[in-house]
Amino acid sequence: MTNLVLLPLLIPVIMGAVLIFFSKNEKAQKIISGITMIALLIGSITLFIAVAVNGTLVMELGDWQPPYGIPLVIDRLAAFMLLVSAIVATSTLFFAFKTISPIRSRYFFYPFFFFLLTGINGSFMTGDLFNLFVFFEVMLISSYILMAHGSTNFQLRETFKYFVINLFASMLFLAGVAYIYAATGTLNFAHLGVRVAELGQDNILNVIAVLFIVVFGIKGGLFPLYFWLPRAYTGPPTAIAALFGGLLTKVGLYAIIRMFTVVFNHDPDFTHTVLLVMAAFTMILGVLGAVASYNYKSILAYHCISQYGYIMMGFSIFSPIAIAGAIYFIAHHSIVKTALFQFAGVTEKITGTSDLKKMGGILSSHPWLAWLFFIAAMSLAGIPPLAGFFAKYPLVLGGLEEGNYIVVAVALFVGLLTLYSMIKIMKFVYWGKAKHDEERQKVSVRKLLYSVAPLVILTVVIGFGAEPVLQFTTEIADEILDPTIYITSVLGE
Amino acid sequence: MSMKWKTNNLLFIHVTRVTAFLILALSIYLFFAGHNDPGGGFIGGLMLATSILLLYLTFDRRKINKMLPMNYANWIGAGILISLLTGLIGTIVGKPYLTQFFDYFTLPFFGEFELTTAVLFDFGIYLGVGGSALIIILAIAEDT
Repeated sequence: MTNLVLLPLLIPVIMGAVLIFFSKNEKAQKIISGITMIALLIGSITLFIAVAVNGTLVMELGDWQPPYGIPLVIDRLAAFMLLVSAIVATSTLFFAFKTISPIRSRYFFYPFFFFLLTGINGSFMTGDLFNLFVFFEVMLISSYILMAHGSTNFQLRETFKYFVINLFASMLFLAGVAYIYAATGTLNFAHLGVRVAELGQDNILNVIAVLFIVVFGIKGGLFPLYFWLPRAYTGPPTAIAALFGGLLTKVGLYAIIRMFTVVFNHDPDFTHTVLLVMAAFTMILGVLGAVASYNYKSILAYHCISQYGYIMMGFSIFSPIAIAGAIYFIAHHSIVKTALFQFAGVTEKITGTSDLKKMGGILSSHPWLAWLFFIAAMSLAGIPPLAGFFAKYPLVLGGLEEGNYIVVAVALFVGLLTLYSMIKIMKFVYWGKAKHDEERQKVSVRKLLYSVAPLVILTVVIGFGAEPVLQFTTEIADEILDPTIYITSVLGE
Repeated sequence: MSMKWKTNNLLFIHVTRVTAFLILALSIYLFFAGHNDPGGGFIGGLMLATSILLLYLTFDRRKINKMLPMNYANWIGAGILISLLTGLIGTIVGKPYLTQFFDYFTLPFFGEFELTTAVLFDFGIYLGVGGSALIIILAIAEDT
């Protein structure tokens, strides 16, 4: 039973290793990775159902009891994240089949795709701070490779910056791990929660908490540490950018949520206020970047930043309804952003450019593409009845209840600017006269839309089905707001 | 710029022929020494890479490629697979993943001997680390 926990971790890493042997065989790689991905999706769904029904699953690796060994802990939040990660990754993989050229895929694209997933899933599952560091590294090393994949000049330059900033963050992470070990004598999340409660979260532990905010803020693209993100996400092929924008940075946010509910939850007046201020600035500066940009992909990349601000806002308001909103927001944003990045890729395939001013009139030549994009864009902007609306509504409600009027005003204003820049894409790319020639108008993109359409349908579904989904995320919020549930399920009574 | 550092240095070549195997032997010794004494898959793997790199340094790359026609990327894949699948042994008998088993056996010639699944796991690391070190250094060497 508990071995079910292993599926999201072992399937990608074992099959990634198998794929190394087939690196020169394009067809075999696609078949193997397709089957693997579907197996992973089924495994994640099974695990999600098991956790939703039975509650937290804990596995003590190597039969070592916590706090000495490393446990894998899957509570409802982790199971939810694993499910989102599997859905997004499946869509991205099938999109990559049709967009990653054989020349690129020969250089270990698929193995590193799965190693990246291993790192992401492992970060969601682990119950140990140092192990989280290890999975971060697995994820980051794969992401360096995927980001530089194809070796265009622009990519190499941006990957170098990404590499340096993340290496610095990893160093701080390790220093933080060392500090917290020195202060508490443990690295197990649950045990840390107990020890920090005993010691009282004051001066020294708050300093360590801020160190972790900086570390995860860099990885999660929060103000003022997001500067590496927009250009790094513009460079790589869209399949990779979609995975990064939809999934990779969420891991940093997930780590913040985990750390600041289980461990550093005793001084929210300080830590969560810091996070709230960061969230407000992240929202507004991210969206301003998007408003100013005229590159399809970089608009989306800037939007990623502002949406991370929303997620952090929901978390740092720290009331059940706002956290439920933030978790709903993570799912909504992963799905929609991945879809939007894929639309950018499809559009680029038709027009051969990602400069908004050189495009136009795709609505007349490819109506399906344009309308699907319209749904996804409106969902991102938060128009009811799509998922984006129900993601922002609890955040605003929670903010008003807690009296954070300024941040609510910022969030609403940013929503308006989001709508503006989505309409900007709509106006430049899809409306107006066609700027691409006859031949390009006939380019068929139907096969590409097969991998995007499910995501668009999903955003409509979780929009219309917001009631049960929000109920579930509220359960998650209640669970993570009471850290004793996590602690007792790992350490026992 | 063509590098003309490769002269036919007889002494170098002959010493290498012996030392490469000495290092290889040491790497295997370190590999088995691990677990309870200093050593193990990681260090052993690095030593393995050194011994092969010494051959690359002394002889031609083309010659070594003919002598050792191996794709080091496959070493990494095989290493990961061996290690991870070893971890699965525990799950078959209902223990958690990565549980290790060991017992003492009396073998002919060796006498009493400890057999443990950790060695298999370590062998995967040995291959993986050796392969990665070789790939990294050869990739950098090819670049110039």
